[in-house]
Amino acid sequence: MTAAVARPGSDFFFRRPGLLTLIFLLPPLLWIGIVYLGSLFALLLQSFYSLDEFSGLVLHEFTLSTYGHLLEYSNFAILLRTVLMAAAVTIASAILAFPIAYYAARYARGWSKALFYLAVMMPLWSSYLVKVYAWKLILAKEGIVTWVANQLYLGWLLDAVLALPTVGGPSLSISYIGTFIVFVYIWLPYMILPTQAALERVPKTLIEASADLGATPGQTFRTVILPLALPGIVAGSIFTFSLTLGDYIIPQIIGNSRPFIGSTVYALQGTAGDIPLAAAFTVVPIVIMGIYLVVARRMGAFDAL
Amino acid sequence: MKSMLKACVSMLTAVAVSSALSGVAVAQEALKEIGKGEGQVDIVAWPGYIERGETDKNFDWVTSFEKETGCKVNVKTAATSDEMVTLMNQGGFDLVTASGDASLRLVAGKKVQPINTALIKDWASIDDRLKDAPWHTVDGVHYGVPYQWGPNVLAYNAKVFPEAPKSWSVVFEEQNLPDGKSNKGRVQAFDGPIYVADAALYLMKKKPELGIKNPYELNKDQFAAAIELLSKQRQLVGRYWHDAMVQIDDFKNEGVVASSSWPFQVNLLQADKAVMEKTPIASTVPEEGATGWADTTMLHAEAPHPNCAYMWMNHSISAKLQGDLAAWFGSVPAVPAACKGNMLLTDTGCATNGFDNFEKIWFWRTPTAKCEAEGGCIPYSQWDKEYRKVMGQ
Repeated sequence: MTAAVARPGSDFFFRRPGLLTLIFLLPPLLWIGIVYLGSLFALLLQSFYSLDEFSGLVLHEFTLSTYGHLLEYSNFAILLRTVLMAAAVTIASAILAFPIAYYAARYARGWSKALFYLAVMMPLWSSYLVKVYAWKLILAKEGIVTWVANQLYLGWLLDAVLALPTVGGPSLSISYIGTFIVFVYIWLPYMILPTQAALERVPKTLIEASADLGATPGQTFRTVILPLALPGIVAGSIFTFSLTLGDYIIPQIIGNSRPFIGSTVYALQGTAGDIPLAAAFTVVPIVIMGIYLVVARRMGAFDAL
Repeated sequence: MKSMLKACVSMLTAVAVSSALSGVAVAQEALKEIGKGEGQVDIVAWPGYIERGETDKNFDWVTSFEKETGCKVNVKTAATSDEMVTLMNQGGFDLVTASGDASLRLVAGKKVQPINTALIKDWASIDDRLKDAPWHTVDGVHYGVPYQWGPNVLAYNAKVFPEAPKSWSVVFEEQNLPDGKSNKGRVQAFDGPIYVADAALYLMKKKPELGIKNPYELNKDQFAAAIELLSKQRQLVGRYWHDAMVQIDDFKNEGVVASSSWPFQVNLLQADKAVMEKTPIASTVPEEGATGWADTTMLHAEAPHPNCAYMWMNHSISAKLQGDLAAWFGSVPAVPAACKGNMLLTDTGCATNGFDNFEKIWFWRTPTAKCEAEGGCIPYSQWDKEYRKVMGQ
């Protein structure tokens, strides 16, 4: 008996393994190539066009002048404001998330661990918009925070905080402080989860060894736990930083109407029809996150995900 | 990979070119007679403009139309004039309820076609002040049927202002309000470049030496003065309003006592008794006058369902619809007959919503570089750019 008996063509793919792979990979490749990368390239392309100031039409000629506009004072202030906010939100999230993650990783067992996961994940189950509008009411001048502060005779403290230059304002919901609080609330779970995952992987034996060798708890924390947990914190910071960089809804509802990158892009493509400048603005977070990811990779953040 | 990139780029170029070509609409003759309905009509409209009783079953002016004509009404809502222009540029719609800051852009872009007024049965019933209004009539040709209009009123807290403020200065210049406290952080302004016109309107009276004749036609110096005023206003404004519902909340919970607003918000606030006890809100048109909007139902140049569209335009100016809509939206009917005998609007509704203020209102128009002011005018793209700068200060 030889192979000639087999039905003709049945070994077609067997003889050409490359072809089979190609057929399987083609749909995802097309998706990545056209839908995903294609839209990114279209965006990049747009950012090299410019808007004719008088007719309001997009000029389809290659120019770098749109990027030049980014460096104008008012536009640069938007970039700076957004990056500073993202950095502040990231740092605050890390500080808040660490003790929570530490407790969950080292002490929580059984039902308390389940409760922890529930508490961290639950806010993610409800609509983002509902949460933001709820915060608007909480932080309002006539809202709960002001009321509680007045009941505790701490109204003067709230007023003092709101009287701070730049970050203050007429009420919490109309100030950078309010925007900051809501950003931290919304993105905190994305910091807690990777930090907790990293802390779980710190071997107990190392901590015991550190204690046996005479290190104080503070020293153990600084030299053993923190360096080993750092990749998790950096991984979490990728989320909090990039999500804050791109968000355009929170600054529109809570805050003092000063524009962030996201809300500027939204206004530029909607109100102004200035797609080139909107595209140039969008390239900025892409570049920042590119650099950020390279640094994060060096710090081993991707092993902690 | 390289060839794939090339393929991508050429495809994108093809898309760009074809969309550019489709933008060149052929100048069209208006329809001669209304034929048989096509079974549907697609309308771009402001939220709340075309109701089929889903929010409140008393407010329904679609169901009966669908039953009579067999034209199913599909509505796509748009939140800003610019969004409307974008949607119409993309095409695929029959009608749009365009405000004056969109309508002329649509006419200039040849996105809408002339209307044969002979086919609009009740054309004669339309308010004479609107029939030949410059925001839909170009060189004597009508590009739409007036729908509704209204003023951008000054809403104020009546506890703080026992008497209605006489001037817009309460939102533009720092001052102590009648309750003895400064207006800083207690006033709001509209979050859209068209608000520059409100500043210009105020300056028309305040600084006659600038020679502003029309708040939508500003030359370089006049524009600079308006922007300077708005920059000063930035120090007074906590938050700019964008969303009508957010503004309502700000009047209730944020201690906002005066702001430019729409009758829509004022009506909603006044309808709530608990709110009126704590923060009684009222509205006025100050002595400088006010800006306002006048919307027109316009027909797309390549409307796929022109017959149903004409049937809708006919329906849109029926007295019943006009009165119901005015009551719902807080606007003024384009048909004066709607002001009498409408249960929802009541006989005082038109006056409440500003019927007699027509002469005091400068209706929204798109500022263009071409104008009669000395030295040419500042176009809308500049308005947008500078206003965003002001908000970022």
